[in-house]
Amino acid sequence: MNYLFHIIILICIFSILSLTMNLVLGVTGLLNLGHIAFFGIGAYTSALLSLQGIPFLPSLLAGSVLAGVIAYLIGLPTLRLKGDYLAIATLGLSETFRSVLTNWVGLARGPQGLPGIPKPSIFSIEFSSLKAYLVLVLIFFFVTFIIMEILLRSPYGRVLEGIREDEVASQAMGKDTFRFKLNVLWFGSFFAGLAGSLYAHYVSFIDPSCISINQTIVILLMVILGGVRSNFGAVLGAVIIFCIPEVLRFWNLPGQVTGALKQIIFSVTLILLMLFREEGILGGRKSKIKRFEETDDVIND
Amino acid sequence: MSTLMQLILNSIIAGGIYALVAIGYTMVYGILKFLNFAHGDLAMVSAYLSFFFFRYLGVPFYISITFSIILLVFLGIIIEKIAYKPLRNASRLSCLITAIGVSIFLQSTVIIFFDARNRVFEKSTAQSLEFMGASITPLQVIIILVSITSMILLHFFIKRAKIGKAMRAVADNMTVASTVGIDVDQVISLVFAVGSGLAGVAGILIAWETNLNPTMGFFIGMKAFTAAVLGGIGSIRGAVVGAYFIGFAENFGVWFIPTGYKNAIAFVVLISILLIRPSGIFGMKREEEIKE
Repeated sequence: MNYLFHIIILICIFSILSLTMNLVLGVTGLLNLGHIAFFGIGAYTSALLSLQGIPFLPSLLAGSVLAGVIAYLIGLPTLRLKGDYLAIATLGLSETFRSVLTNWVGLARGPQGLPGIPKPSIFSIEFSSLKAYLVLVLIFFFVTFIIMEILLRSPYGRVLEGIREDEVASQAMGKDTFRFKLNVLWFGSFFAGLAGSLYAHYVSFIDPSCISINQTIVILLMVILGGVRSNFGAVLGAVIIFCIPEVLRFWNLPGQVTGALKQIIFSVTLILLMLFREEGILGGRKSKIKRFEETDDVIND
Repeated sequence: MSTLMQLILNSIIAGGIYALVAIGYTMVYGILKFLNFAHGDLAMVSAYLSFFFFRYLGVPFYISITFSIILLVFLGIIIEKIAYKPLRNASRLSCLITAIGVSIFLQSTVIIFFDARNRVFEKSTAQSLEFMGASITPLQVIIILVSITSMILLHFFIKRAKIGKAMRAVADNMTVASTVGIDVDQVISLVFAVGSGLAGVAGILIAWETNLNPTMGFFIGMKAFTAAVLGGIGSIRGAVVGAYFIGFAENFGVWFIPTGYKNAIAFVVLISILLIRPSGIFGMKREEEIKE
């Protein structure tokens, strides 16, 4: 039973990540491969502050705000880049951040990681047991889900979809698309930081490997598998991704083989989805992601 | 003086290896207009293949190299046929995500067969040579010669050979090229074959010079990509110049900052170019294609 709680807690935390990745990639069409870095910023900030004796809520808030602020500053120059260049630039930033975390031992003990992150307590309520933490995480999860759902259905969300489908047309409608994209980036990263903080306080140990490129792939797959542009899809994706390793467990393979096998399943799924069902399981509403670029080429020719 | 000379030599060696990978990157981009993220991993696979033939099967060294390069050429063609060809009319983002999938697939497959440890090809026992106060091993001389020879051969192939001209035509305008009777699919296969072969050579050179690791492909790929963007993506000459620039930036960079940051130098260069001059040094592309 405890094991089930453990999995549900992780699913909730990663659903917050996939929900916000869905906002950035699925809804707005920005392939941000640095999403996990903001998760890392939230996790590290919150962990470092808690280890200094600062209570949980201020640490959590500080981690999320810092992730949002850094995303804003990064977005200012990089959001001017187009699709795949944005992807590579954000991936590069994410890897640079990991490199700094690994090498700057004075900041957060480098590759040794930060152990002993305290369990949260809010107004003298301790969230040390699994059940209590599950409740805490579920609250954050539902709040995020509802915010994302409201956003997606609002006129604001429709502008974001417009930007994904045809940015030039949205500009022609008088929308400052750059401002919209920047807002999406910092808003999404704020929640990524929140998820990172929840994760750090839950597992109580973080090291630079938790923001590796493999994690970026996992989040990307959650969004694309579950269904692009669908919040339910993003959550479904997180559930499926966390269940695959549990199935592999039955085979009793050595740890490293299981890990690699998991990655193979993830990557093959990603390729098959791109080839046969670009919109994912629940994303069937509209079946085009950024096809307008082709038509642009035809006009230019 | 000798330190400076050593740094210059090391930069030239690294630059030559990066150039071989960067050429493949830039050729694929020139024709298909998408970033073949898995290109660096091809170099990694070739390193492991030659390691497998040489150390596990005991095949003589030169034969195992030849085998792995041939296998890699086929691997490149097969990957293109299975994963990229069906996406020829899809968006660039779909292609990029597929390529990321291919990259992770190759990496994990190698981990399953060889596990994630660092492997060493063979301890070099050869005496290093003295060159203007710097030391260089015979192997490093071979690396410099092989990389430069491959680049010169490729240059003449593309400028002079009929199929090389067809490549440039397809890169210039695929539709028009096909109307004048060029078999576009065949040309694309050839581009992947040549690119993969060069990446294969680079992978073996790296494995020989340092060691093997399943994640090496990611870093080689990112550096080669940076080189290609720096030189102006799509331009082969630019990719070579960019690669040597990265080689120098890395080796001189660690003079000032801790060695642990060596891999990050390429990323910083990449981000700076993308923001300052996305069309690169020799870039013919208009800025609008890269920036919004």
